[in-house]
Amino acid sequence: MAVDTTEAAAASEAARQAMGGIGVSLARKEDARFIHGQGHYVDDVVLPGMLHMVIVRSPHAHARIKGIHSSAAMAIPGVVAVVTGELLAQHKLAWMPTLSGDTQAVLATDKVRFQGQEVACVIAETKYIAEDAAQLVTVDYEPLQAITTPQQAIAPGAIVIRDEKEGQTDNKIYHWEAGDKDATDAAFARAAKVVSLETFYPRCHPSPLETCGCVADLDPVTGNATIYMTSQAPHAHRTLFAIVAGLPEEKIRIISPDLGGGFGNKVPIYPGYVVATAASLLIGRPVKWIEDRTDNLISTGFARDYYMDGSVAIDENGKFIGLRVNLLSDNGAFFADAQPSKFKAGLFHIVTGSYDIPAAHIVANGAYTNKAPGGVAYRCSFRVTEASYFIERLVESAAVELGQDPVTTRLNNFIQPEAFPYKSASGFEYDSGNYPGAMKVALDMLGYDELRKEQAEKRAKGELMGIGVASFTEVVGAGKGKDYDIAGLRMFDSAELRVHPTGKAILKLGVKSQGQGHETTFAQIVAEELGIPASDVEVREGDTDNTPFGLGTYASRSTPVGGAATAVVARKLRDKGKIIAAHLFEADVADIEFAKGKYNVKGSPDNVKTIQDIAFAAYTNIPDGIEPGLEGVTYYDPPNMTFPFGTYLVVVDIDKGTGQVKVRRMVAVDDCGVRINPMIVEGQIHGGLTEGFGIAFMELITFDDEGNCIGSNFMDYLIPTAWETPRFELGETVTPSPHHPIGAKGVGESATVGSPAAYVNAVIDALSHLGITNIDMPITSDKVWAALRSKGVTE
Amino acid sequence: MFPAAFDYIAPGALDEVLSLLSQHGDDAKVLAGGQSLIPLLKLRFAAPVIVVDIGRVDGLEGVRRENGHVRIGARTRHRDVESASDLRGTLDVLLDAAPLISDPLIRNMGTVGGSVCHADPAGDWGAVMLAVGAEFVVKSAGGERVLPAAGFFEGPFTTGLHSDEVMTEIRIPVGAGRSGGTYLKLERKVGDFASVAAAVHVVLGGDGRIATAGIGLCAVGAHSIKATAAEAVLAGQEPTDAVIAEAARLAGEAAEPKADIRGSAEYKRDVARVFVQRGLHTAINRAQGAAA
Ligand SMILES: Cc1cc2nc3c(=O)[nH]c(=O)nc-3n(C[C@H](O)[C@H](O)[C@H](O)COP(=O)(O)OP(=O)(O)OC[C@H]3O[C@@H](n4cnc5c(N)ncnc54)[C@H](O)[C@@H]3O)c2cc1C
Repeated sequence: MAVDTTEAAAASEAARQAMGGIGVSLARKEDARFIHGQGHYVDDVVLPGMLHMVIVRSPHAHARIKGIHSSAAMAIPGVVAVVTGELLAQHKLAWMPTLSGDTQAVLATDKVRFQGQEVACVIAETKYIAEDAAQLVTVDYEPLQAITTPQQAIAPGAIVIRDEKEGQTDNKIYHWEAGDKDATDAAFARAAKVVSLETFYPRCHPSPLETCGCVADLDPVTGNATIYMTSQAPHAHRTLFAIVAGLPEEKIRIISPDLGGGFGNKVPIYPGYVVATAASLLIGRPVKWIEDRTDNLISTGFARDYYMDGSVAIDENGKFIGLRVNLLSDNGAFFADAQPSKFKAGLFHIVTGSYDIPAAHIVANGAYTNKAPGGVAYRCSFRVTEASYFIERLVESAAVELGQDPVTTRLNNFIQPEAFPYKSASGFEYDSGNYPGAMKVALDMLGYDELRKEQAEKRAKGELMGIGVASFTEVVGAGKGKDYDIAGLRMFDSAELRVHPTGKAILKLGVKSQGQGHETTFAQIVAEELGIPASDVEVREGDTDNTPFGLGTYASRSTPVGGAATAVVARKLRDKGKIIAAHLFEADVADIEFAKGKYNVKGSPDNVKTIQDIAFAAYTNIPDGIEPGLEGVTYYDPPNMTFPFGTYLVVVDIDKGTGQVKVRRMVAVDDCGVRINPMIVEGQIHGGLTEGFGIAFMELITFDDEGNCIGSNFMDYLIPTAWETPRFELGETVTPSPHHPIGAKGVGESATVGSPAAYVNAVIDALSHLGITNIDMPITSDKVWAALRSKGVTE
Repeated sequence: MFPAAFDYIAPGALDEVLSLLSQHGDDAKVLAGGQSLIPLLKLRFAAPVIVVDIGRVDGLEGVRRENGHVRIGARTRHRDVESASDLRGTLDVLLDAAPLISDPLIRNMGTVGGSVCHADPAGDWGAVMLAVGAEFVVKSAGGERVLPAAGFFEGPFTTGLHSDEVMTEIRIPVGAGRSGGTYLKLERKVGDFASVAAAVHVVLGGDGRIATAGIGLCAVGAHSIKATAAEAVLAGQEPTDAVIAEAARLAGEAAEPKADIRGSAEYKRDVARVFVQRGLHTAINRAQGAAA
């Protein structure tokens, strides 16, 4: 009989795989076309009569424009137009609103405010002609002093960058506070110990492999505006286009085809999109604009550039009782952060992290500088990366000062599993978590105690080895529309599901994949909820004419919001199916049961109608009084955010002679609630750990004193390759989100958020016995060498 | 990243190349593997009128031994040096350096002669050629010259090569004696140019003393640097830790680094010292283990 059960188990496993529901590591449906080179990106769009646009950019970080001369460029055969800010101003398009309610120059008219700023656009018959002509556009500049740090910017007497803004008399953008100042002051007053950390999260860049670009096609006869663009949020962008350009929204169709990565870089609207669209309107021909790598790195949405200074108050038992953080943010020349409107510092107030800290107070200030605008969330929920980095680094400092193992400090202060839902001192309600649980799995996987012994032995011999710990908590999946909106658009999302007569389905979403595998994951949710095999569910996104309105993909929100919408709409169809099944069985609806794509009448489980039977009946044999068809749409406004978490452990060895850091091991235990496609989840984690590694050790956009950008190509802006990226060892725990229909939390960004602190803590752990307490990212070998030499360590 | 317009020609014979170069002078540029020239064209840092591709000229590729020399055709790809495993024991430094040049894609295209002629102060072959005492064979319509590596590199991207000349071959003398060498490179990631690198090549005499030592430094000055004082202090000496440390110190002093995003001048100088020290130990160990 034992044989039979095994066979039954094998059969049920085969059925599970064939269905491809939740928990199955289905191969990604979209990969076939990517692997065959058959992806279709914006740059693949070629339209009859299409023109090419090249942007003339400012070589100066700060300068007054005295004149722009375009006649030499216009004289080249094949040049159709040279667009300047002056021309745009005639159409009220010289300035545009940003995602943070500021304004940004589309093409500079009065001044340039960062190196690489858009000054003019050449439009020509070919890209080569446009490039040649762009070189001939000359601009007279009167250089002004450049401000390259927010500290310079807010110093008294600093030259005012945004002098065109009425009432703007300095370089300050905002002042924002969260938490309870008095309660926090009281906690610090009774603290037995206060540990402080001052650190800087440097400017880095999402640098998707595919740069930004568009093809704008405005039909002068119909007035239809079709814009192919690299957009993570096509619907929101359509609305913004309608508002900015004054185009009728029903005539605008934004198509965001395959995207070669986004990571937040494709959330904002850039001047190039606006000029190409305006040019197509004025010229009456399609206009293509595609950035090159340097364009992308120097002008589009950067991330971070955050100065953080704070302290934790600790009582006599080693418990954290209060947290204070002061932020100074460098926002560049225009405040273009992608942030939910009510929170100027994004969701930074998640900074209490995984710890039960009863009082917290956060003060944030933003400043204009002569640097590119952006402040996008590079693979994180708005400013959550900065917050997580800060608290995890501060806890490391606290452990050093308390003379404790950093694991002990964390275990002593974690929010306990039974404390959820947990209300944080800064105003979040954490949905669920088990922090000690994830920590334990990670420690076991690593063999933590053994490695601590090895470290002690090495240290005795003068060798440098460190173990880094980070136990992050994220907040992702905006909104709750009441609290979170972008430019007033509430952060819900949508799913439209149609099951055709043959039982095959099409699912249309308001979110937009940039490589995350939506075509597979969301089909699996339908498979789970409706019992239609994932292979029979086609997922469509990115075309505003053909998908329901949604806010797009960033902040790990697709599964928490779009995924919830998908589950809900599938359940609606499942319920309608019950009515149809009752009709077919000539039974009462209340007596119909549903499981795994099959309906039956209670008590007769062997007489079933499949979901495919029901779909066919929906179009051929519908009961009286019921609308035909099997189709629905859901707009899902989540009741709360989700709070993924995990523990990351890193082991490093340091070369005393060169300062080089070698990551020996990286163990990552993630809890993102229920995993829909475990393989895709692991892929997301691998990607994030790699980007976190890059941020910790090499990625940097910096500027010299004149405001020249250093990091304007991939020889200078370093991103890791498979060669130097460490091997990752992944583990998991599963703590479902109680408010999400399928218990999933979103995982696209956990690893970018959580890992930088783990890498940095490992380096500090190797050096802290020498009295080295902080090295700012990126931790390059020269910084480690300098720290070692400052303590007299040499080879 | 779109170059300005230029003419392109790919002659089948060296004579044709040489006559085109004498005809066009500074307006012409030789194209070998294109891994430096093409980026310069695309960035519009270079805008030659005519690009003369030497890719179709016979006889410019390959690594062979002849008359006490290892002879490397100027158009030999980095990849082909990497796989010339019979150089092990004779010219370890070449085999160690080749796989550290950028990434496989660039090594499949880039050429040794192109790298030497390009004379990027951070190019790896320059330091190697100084360490092994190479000679460069260059030809023009007017004839042939043989230039020693020492003195060839004059400044950033400037060499003793004239604009009408093509490098055809690199000759490296390989004498009797047991030899060993290695190349150490500090890079920020795979595929990066060196922040600092050191090439070391040591020949031991029959008495076990150091007969000659060659040390080349990369990316720590306006051009590849030959650490002559360090070489001199090693020559004729027993290979003791003290001698090695002193040579390494002198090599560090020979470096003339500038501070930049990769680190301070002190940092680079110290890494040069550390690398030469480590490199000498490895080179001497290898030479001691090698058959005469
Ligand atoms: C991303 C990247 C990373 C790189 N990393 C490294 C690195 O880590 N280390 C390193 O050493 N190099 C590196 N390089 C440079 C690479 O090694 C080049 O291949 C080399 O510098 C030039 O060789 P080439 O054959 O490609 O020359 P080309 O690009 O064709 O020519 C370079 C110059 O030399 C001249 N020239 C070429 N051949 C001859 C000849 N026979 N006679 C006369 N003049 C000639 C050309 O006119 C031109 O001025 C890198 C390049 C890239 C693009």
